[in-house]
Amino acid sequence: MSDIRLEGVSKRYGTVAAADNVDLNVTQGEFVTILGPSGSGKTTLLSLIAGLNKPTAGKIFIGGRDVTDAPAQQRNIGLVFQSYALFPHMTVLENVMFPLGVRKITGEAARTQSLEALKLVRLEGLHDRRPSQLSGGQQQRVALARAVVFKPDILLLDEPLGALDRKLREELQVELKQLQRTLGVTTLLVTHDQEEALSLSDRIMVLNHGQTQQVAAPTEAYLKPANRFVAEFLGIANFIGIDGGRTGLVRPERVKLSPAGMNGGTPAKVVEAIYLGQMVRYHLELDGGAAPMVAAVPFVGRAFTAGEKVSVSWDATDLWPVA
Amino acid sequence: MRGTGFSFVAPLLVLMVVAFNAPIVYMLGLAFWEKGRGFTLEHYQGLIETPVYLKVLGNTMRIALIATLANMAIGYPLAHWMRGLQNRARLIAIALVVLPFWVSILVRTYAWIVVLGNGGLVNRFLQWTGLTDAPVSFLYNEMGVTIGMANVLLPFLVLPLFAAMIKIDDRLLQAAASMGAPPRTIFWKIYFPLTLPALAAGTLLVFILCLGFYVTPAILGGGRVPMISNLLDTLINQIPRWEQASAISTILLIVTLLIFAAYRRLDRKASA
Repeated sequence: MSDIRLEGVSKRYGTVAAADNVDLNVTQGEFVTILGPSGSGKTTLLSLIAGLNKPTAGKIFIGGRDVTDAPAQQRNIGLVFQSYALFPHMTVLENVMFPLGVRKITGEAARTQSLEALKLVRLEGLHDRRPSQLSGGQQQRVALARAVVFKPDILLLDEPLGALDRKLREELQVELKQLQRTLGVTTLLVTHDQEEALSLSDRIMVLNHGQTQQVAAPTEAYLKPANRFVAEFLGIANFIGIDGGRTGLVRPERVKLSPAGMNGGTPAKVVEAIYLGQMVRYHLELDGGAAPMVAAVPFVGRAFTAGEKVSVSWDATDLWPVA
Repeated sequence: MRGTGFSFVAPLLVLMVVAFNAPIVYMLGLAFWEKGRGFTLEHYQGLIETPVYLKVLGNTMRIALIATLANMAIGYPLAHWMRGLQNRARLIAIALVVLPFWVSILVRTYAWIVVLGNGGLVNRFLQWTGLTDAPVSFLYNEMGVTIGMANVLLPFLVLPLFAAMIKIDDRLLQAAASMGAPPRTIFWKIYFPLTLPALAAGTLLVFILCLGFYVTPAILGGGRVPMISNLLDTLINQIPRWEQASAISTILLIVTLLIFAAYRRLDRKASA
């Protein structure tokens, strides 16, 4: 069990910086997500922490120990890839026992410990199967069990749910969160899926072009983004011109709609109404040629229809200035 | 549908039966026949009673085994090295490995005479460095035959091995490293087991090909290294004792088929 600290970590390939002077502190037991589009350098950052790659500058500490030059073998980390990376020639149990064997834990002790880890990820009774005989979700559970069976100091997850379908992904998100809390292991997850980042993490680090954009709790990053990039990457963003030529952000959930002419507000026309189950998403065209807006309103009783005139408003406290 | 398919295949089938299968059956039968007397086992009996035949068979097995082992010792590291190359260098390496396929086996075999002969490159180098005073005989003995066969057959081992190696996901090795496994453990517990089916299949293939090799032993052995194919040549073209040759061929065929069955099983495992 340990904390992670990055100090000015950079990784350059020629003139391109995959990681550009990144600082990060992950405290003991915390769940932090590195979020960014593809090519933002998030996987590079993870591979630097895992020791699969060496930074061109900066220092990496795990549990207070400088591991910048230590090979992956000496970092005591649990690593899970999107592709699972299960050993195809071994059974499920042999896969989970592998890191124990490396640590000279063998025989009955290794077996017991591995079966416990498999129980933790709800994979009992499948330990004699080969990875190729398992579904994607099951394989990912084996990879998780294998990554935590030896009680690593930190857990690194590289898009662990990226290859699964939506329903399974949501199921596993809950399980992953529970597992992480049960073990209390410091966890760093890499993803491009903002929903996953928002729902799983204690804090989110948003990355773009190898540079840190913001490190904040999910709600703060969502409602009070540090810049336009974060605002747009984390969800639908309505940008509104405010005083002094500045721009403000209102999230769709904070936009209020009422029938035309009521409550003051700006008159607008509904361009499209999309029914999403619990919510209805409206695409709006504001009178006076302002930028189009999106509103997400809980569905209670009647919804507005396309073409209908409405009145749009928001609380001043829901408006967040972004540069 | 099935009917039409058969009519397309029929001409080829007839050709196969007439041109390939019938001669083999005739060859197999020849050993059990003696002119004027009918069915007999005396040719097989002669095989057992004449020590030279069994000696040649043993000799062939031994040379094939050595050439195969030499192939493994060179081929495995070579294929592994090729896996680590960048795209361009890898392509060049593959071309160099495949190149012998494009050169006639006769040309390649005679080339070895230039390299290994008494006045050849290797011997001149050895004497120039003072490692030896007199030329070392590489040719017209088992050494020359082994070197020649290992060279000719190397691609048969390297290509399937290389194919199996590039299929191994680097992330498997990275995952193992992250779990604390030292490079030696990663190699023996992950990498090597994953290449083993291809290695075994390739090795058996090379061994089978070695058993029936004719040209290289004939030239580089200079008639002094009798292998089965050369013995057959003698029995058919010089003595001639076709029935005896047929009995030996039958045994060689059985041995080869047994090994081939093993190869098929391993190959299926390798491609699974």
